[in-house]
Amino acid sequence: MSDIRDDRQYTKTHEWVMDNGDGTFILGITDHAQELLGDMVFVELPASGDEISAESEFCVVESVKAASGVYAPSDLEVVEVNESLEEEPELVNSSCYDDGWLVKFKSDDLGELLNSNDYQEVVDSE
Amino acid sequence: MNKTCLNSLHIELGGKMVDFGGWEMPLNYGSQIDEHHFVRNEAGMFDVSHMCVVDIKGKSSQDFLRFLIANDVKKLASRGQALYSCMLNESGGVIDDLIAYYLDDDSYRLVVNAGTTDKDLDWISKQSEEFDVSINHRTDLAMIAVQGPNAISKTYQAIPGTEEICKELKPFSAVSVGSLFIARTGYTGEDGFEIILPEKSAEFTWKMLIDSGVKPCGLGARDTLRLEAGMSLYGSEMDDSVSPLECNLSWTVDLNDKDRKFIGKDALESLKSTGTKYTVSGLILNDKGVIRDHQKVITNQGEGEVTSGSFSPTIGKSIALARLPRESSGECNIEVRNKLLSAKIVKPPFVRNGKILV
Repeated sequence: MSDIRDDRQYTKTHEWVMDNGDGTFILGITDHAQELLGDMVFVELPASGDEISAESEFCVVESVKAASGVYAPSDLEVVEVNESLEEEPELVNSSCYDDGWLVKFKSDDLGELLNSNDYQEVVDSE
Repeated sequence: MNKTCLNSLHIELGGKMVDFGGWEMPLNYGSQIDEHHFVRNEAGMFDVSHMCVVDIKGKSSQDFLRFLIANDVKKLASRGQALYSCMLNESGGVIDDLIAYYLDDDSYRLVVNAGTTDKDLDWISKQSEEFDVSINHRTDLAMIAVQGPNAISKTYQAIPGTEEICKELKPFSAVSVGSLFIARTGYTGEDGFEIILPEKSAEFTWKMLIDSGVKPCGLGARDTLRLEAGMSLYGSEMDDSVSPLECNLSWTVDLNDKDRKFIGKDALESLKSTGTKYTVSGLILNDKGVIRDHQKVITNQGEGEVTSGSFSPTIGKSIALARLPRESSGECNIEVRNKLLSAKIVKPPFVRNGKILV
């Protein structure tokens, strides 16, 4: 069983988003996603300040098996990226909800995301 | 979906089961990279029972195989010796790659790929019509590959009696011990055995090997190990439209005996006289990222294509095999998601017996 946490929101494309309460958000990929991909060997991240439009691919996580896109949940501006992933991409496997976060961003309108129950249904339906 | 006789054991061991050419097989049992390192450093094992064993018997067996495959089984001088070869179509394309074992004067054993089994069996049986041979597809057998620097000693420990029988066994040869057929072959670039055995003994043997410290490994690690070892994968480096002369497998084609006719020979000889444009070379990525199958490669001699790209756990960089214009050398570029990454062209293998060679 993959780990789904109640303290954050989710997308159908297997990203999680945590609200920092100050207009910034943190994004990563879910436990289900990292499990499917397997051992991570490279993470391609955007640069701080990049402006990204909703639903565009703005990060790529690469496991031994495959490359997988990470999508922007809304129009957003990247504030910070997790630089430790450059040396330790495996953090996305070992700690996808904490140390393996990908991007911190600002967004005016995050739109409708899934709560943990809805996301559980997405995972179950796969 | 097809299942091997070890299927339920894989699930019990936490194997992540995936569809592998119509077979439900373990991709890994946790971490593919850990399994990869375990084979390079100690001893791992793979269930390869999905591979197809075909026994050829009858007094024309040798003549038949000399006609059927591009390498020459006549050079197998002693019992148990193995020969890697391609089986070609009339235009010189590869129907499959296989290992032929010489059992005795009128009997040979072939091991062919799982994904091509039906096609191979049809072809072999059609080509055998003019020969006095019987063809027996051994669906009653399982196969376990034990690979790594400690694979041989751990096998001796796990299976009583194997040490006496196998201690003189040279690389690329096999021996029969009762119902076990033990070959010193593999697909990882490490020493070890491929053990062909009755399905009913497979689970017991697998468990004995675990008890001796051999770690179950999935087909994910098998692929990165074979890639580091520079070994071709049917369907990636070669297929029905590619001749062995164009995929770095010329060494498996034996044209020495002018009187020997084999399927595809005329096509190869004409290809040889006109010259081949492409070959398969190795690539190491200088930049960060991962090379993937089918990406475009731009070399000093023109364009090519990645045939197998992945990450090398031993080297810590991405590596690939690629079909490149023959004289390509030095640095090249690979098109990855609309960007050009820089890579170096090298001669495979990348890794053998635990050592990095490039």
